[in-house]
Amino acid sequence: MIHFEKRLNPSRITTVVTPIIAVILTMIAGGIMFAALGKPPLEAIRIIFWDPLFDPNFASYSRPQLLVKAGPLILIAIGLSIGFKAGIWNIGAEGQYILGAVFGAAVALAAYPADSVLLFPAMVVAGAFGGWLWAMIPAILRTKFNTNEILVSLMLVYVAESILASVAQGLLKNPEGYGFPGSRNLQQYPSAFNAEVIANSGMHWGVISAFIAVIFAYVMMTRHIRGFEVRLMGEAPKAARFSGVSTTRLVVFCLGISGALAGLAGMFEVSGPSGQITIDFNSGYGFTAIIVAFLGRLHPIGILLAGLLMALTYIGGELAQLMLGLPGASIQLFQGMLLLFLLATDIFTNYRIRIGGSN
Amino acid sequence: MKLKSILTSAIAAVALGTAAIAADIKVGFVYVGPVGDGGWTYEHDQGRKAVVEAFGDRVETIYQESVPEGADSERVMTQMALQGADLIFTTSFGYMDPTINVAKKFPNVKFEHATGYKRADNVSTYSARFYEGRAVQGHIAGKMTKTNKIGYIGSFPIPEVIRGINSAYIHAKKVNPDVEFNIVWAYTWFDPAKEADAANALIEQGCDVVLQHTDSTAPQAAAEKAGNVITFGQASDMAEFGPLPRVSSIIDDWGPYYVARTQAVLDGTWTSMDTWDGIGPGMVKIGEISSAVPADIKAEAEALRDALGSGEYHAFTGPLNKQDGTPWLAAGETADDGTLAGMNFYVEGLTGTIPQ
Amino acid sequence: MDLLGINPVLLIASLMVSATPILLAAIGETVVEKSGVLNLGVEGMMIVGAVVGFITAVNTENPAIGFVTAAIAGALLSTIFATLVLYLKSNQVATGLGLTLVGLGISALLGKPYEGIKSPTLQSLDIPILSDIPIFGRMLFSHDAMVYVSILIVGLVWYTLKYTRVGLVLRAVGENHDAAHALGYKVIRIRFLAIMFGGACSGLGGAYISLVRVPQWTEGMTAGAGWIALAIVVFASWKPWRTLIGAYLFGGITVLQLNLQAAGVAIPVEYLSMSPFLITIAVLVIISARGNQGAPASLGRPFHASN
Repeated sequence: MIHFEKRLNPSRITTVVTPIIAVILTMIAGGIMFAALGKPPLEAIRIIFWDPLFDPNFASYSRPQLLVKAGPLILIAIGLSIGFKAGIWNIGAEGQYILGAVFGAAVALAAYPADSVLLFPAMVVAGAFGGWLWAMIPAILRTKFNTNEILVSLMLVYVAESILASVAQGLLKNPEGYGFPGSRNLQQYPSAFNAEVIANSGMHWGVISAFIAVIFAYVMMTRHIRGFEVRLMGEAPKAARFSGVSTTRLVVFCLGISGALAGLAGMFEVSGPSGQITIDFNSGYGFTAIIVAFLGRLHPIGILLAGLLMALTYIGGELAQLMLGLPGASIQLFQGMLLLFLLATDIFTNYRIRIGGSN
Repeated sequence: MKLKSILTSAIAAVALGTAAIAADIKVGFVYVGPVGDGGWTYEHDQGRKAVVEAFGDRVETIYQESVPEGADSERVMTQMALQGADLIFTTSFGYMDPTINVAKKFPNVKFEHATGYKRADNVSTYSARFYEGRAVQGHIAGKMTKTNKIGYIGSFPIPEVIRGINSAYIHAKKVNPDVEFNIVWAYTWFDPAKEADAANALIEQGCDVVLQHTDSTAPQAAAEKAGNVITFGQASDMAEFGPLPRVSSIIDDWGPYYVARTQAVLDGTWTSMDTWDGIGPGMVKIGEISSAVPADIKAEAEALRDALGSGEYHAFTGPLNKQDGTPWLAAGETADDGTLAGMNFYVEGLTGTIPQ
Repeated sequence: MDLLGINPVLLIASLMVSATPILLAAIGETVVEKSGVLNLGVEGMMIVGAVVGFITAVNTENPAIGFVTAAIAGALLSTIFATLVLYLKSNQVATGLGLTLVGLGISALLGKPYEGIKSPTLQSLDIPILSDIPIFGRMLFSHDAMVYVSILIVGLVWYTLKYTRVGLVLRAVGENHDAAHALGYKVIRIRFLAIMFGGACSGLGGAYISLVRVPQWTEGMTAGAGWIALAIVVFASWKPWRTLIGAYLFGGITVLQLNLQAAGVAIPVEYLSMSPFLITIAVLVIISARGNQGAPASLGRPFHASN
């Protein structure tokens, strides 16, 4: 008989080794799939994992793009991970991301064509506020009526999408856009444009914020009393209550911070890489960030790495589609396999294998 | 890696000399949906296949499906250009600004953006005069309806959709003064279950003709089930639902345009231009009018199609008033392209308001 | 008989059809969650059911066989989730999301050759005598077989959970897996079977979309129905008959708002399109404000037999 025995402390070696094993397993399974589709498997895998980083044609462009793609994922996932640690399940980050973008863009467009150094900071505040506000709905319903926050936050994603479609065609529509839906492009609005801080580095303010959030979360979770409360609530809710941790305050805090960070991510995206509020502005960052949070095992450094890995599979996957004509669905399947293998091998960090009877 | 760049330069050198060994040019396509959506993206991919067929080994095509609008599309276009694409078709309205941005960075690559209005020295725009097809549909619908109620499933209230509603209404009304339009906004381009619900809602309201500006075949199936309801294929032919309920269709045929533009790049004659083609040049096709339509109506519809195609008749010809009764076009006057492109009002007779 | 220009008989008849896919998926997920497992991969299992059901129905020209294979396919896919979550103790939320990615990817690859083909569809059964009853006959008794099968499954789940030993054990496992284990119940085995049942039901729901609602295969055609099903489970407080109410209510509001538009009632459309979600939230608040939501106590928590 094979048994799994829980480790007292997660193994440090396996924490590093298991993701590598998972990536190798994905390469094998993915390679078989690519071969079954009639494409060269080794080349496909090389294009996905290697070319975005080192190919002389693409790397100088795709390395910065990794940051652009990973930035919002990391920013959102950091916020979510704090709540997840406490057992507070915000799965509506996509909606908070949309609201942050709408609020941020609305401030910029209301002031159009302002030329002030204060505009961008005001947009940052508005973006964070928008996301926070949207997250406060499940927070208040949970604390006042004990309403399940998973469901409310998820439902609010669909509501946010309707609001987005509505403002893209109405309130925020570009008056010089010949009646087409979509706002003015903030990239052509210098004081609102979230430009790269260093040219061609991919480092816009959203990416910088993501790094700051990683550090902030790391310090809070390991050094600060609030981080301790969060962990206690997640691991032993009863003990948390005995030691005087207020559930209400913690719910408001966790949902608030994840909402605000998701809102910021949306604001930085709309004012930078994307540029415009459009009907389909959101492209699933809020949901992908949930995956990133878990891939990173809810640990800030893990999330940073997971966000970059996820971004790599997106960009490498696009390259593989272009160079080999792989169908988009095969890349989606490849990402799914990677995620499942990572989760499957996770067990070796928290458990050790015992062969024979238990004890 | 090294080998590849050596090869690339070798090919470039040979191409400069005489005939090339590999493809002369590379053409990229950026799609907003999956190629199997059976509608919008499917037809663009048919256009790509037409290019492959026309040029064989001389042209290599690459494509990327389900590319979200915004930053992702900009990256995909850049990667295509980096990979050596000479001509890139970006096939969704939301790719407009990204296309312009990428075009600035790659002045030697030609770009073709579908349905937008921003151009540059190396960016052309192209679009189909879909509303011409809507006029033919409106005519058939007005003649065929017995309940005088025509249902219309809209996606989003944007100019392209509103233009289609107006065109269909004008021509239905012309042949049947009692006709009424019931419009349902689905707020989605593609959600088969919701589209089926929308079609059912219209049918239950007594509509015996359902027009759709969403991409799936679900409304066709709903009509087939209900019986005594006719529909029209949207974006692609949807012939599998003929002869009833699908009595005809509007088809986007991008093939000839894609072939012509590719040829222009091969010949070195490509210039930036704005193309808005309809039935005449073959960008909009009217699918086979089925046997369920009486011969005389079919003949009229075909005559209307031909008149629109030859240019002797314009789908928006006055006298026409706006919904609030203010005059828009005087008798014999035709609408200008600017107004049509940004159309955000109903014509007189339509009920309801456009959601804002 | 018309209210605001809408015929309520037809409205109810069409909402029953419209709600069937989400009802099937939701009742399956209810059983999974009752056993203490949260599977967020419903969307992935639905779409795999949709494509497999479609492929077999086209090849055998028999929609009934399509439904059977769809259920098998959904159950098979769910075993990936079950193995990871139960034996390898992976996080349930993340594994479910991964399953959805895999399901969407596989279905698109499998379905490629079947795009643009029409499938044989289920005929409506006009139940003898009952379908002749005025008003109710048309409203309730002239649907296709799967509408009744879905209601039957709800009834069976309700009966099994409430009155049988299997149901008792399942609930015990979901409420307190350690106690259930101590009593000698096979926690892992029971959960594995519950997850497979959920997969089978999701597969059926998906096949209902590809074989009845749309009769065609297109990539991504479930368009989020799996997420709605998840919402309905919580909305129903994990009670089988309330799942039926939840699915019909949700389907009903969607159908109603489209009907109001079709009837030309002057209402702001953009707000109406969000109304199903807002009303779901409102009902949820009302239920939760009254107290116990009835969530299985072990929901989402990993089980590890310590001795």
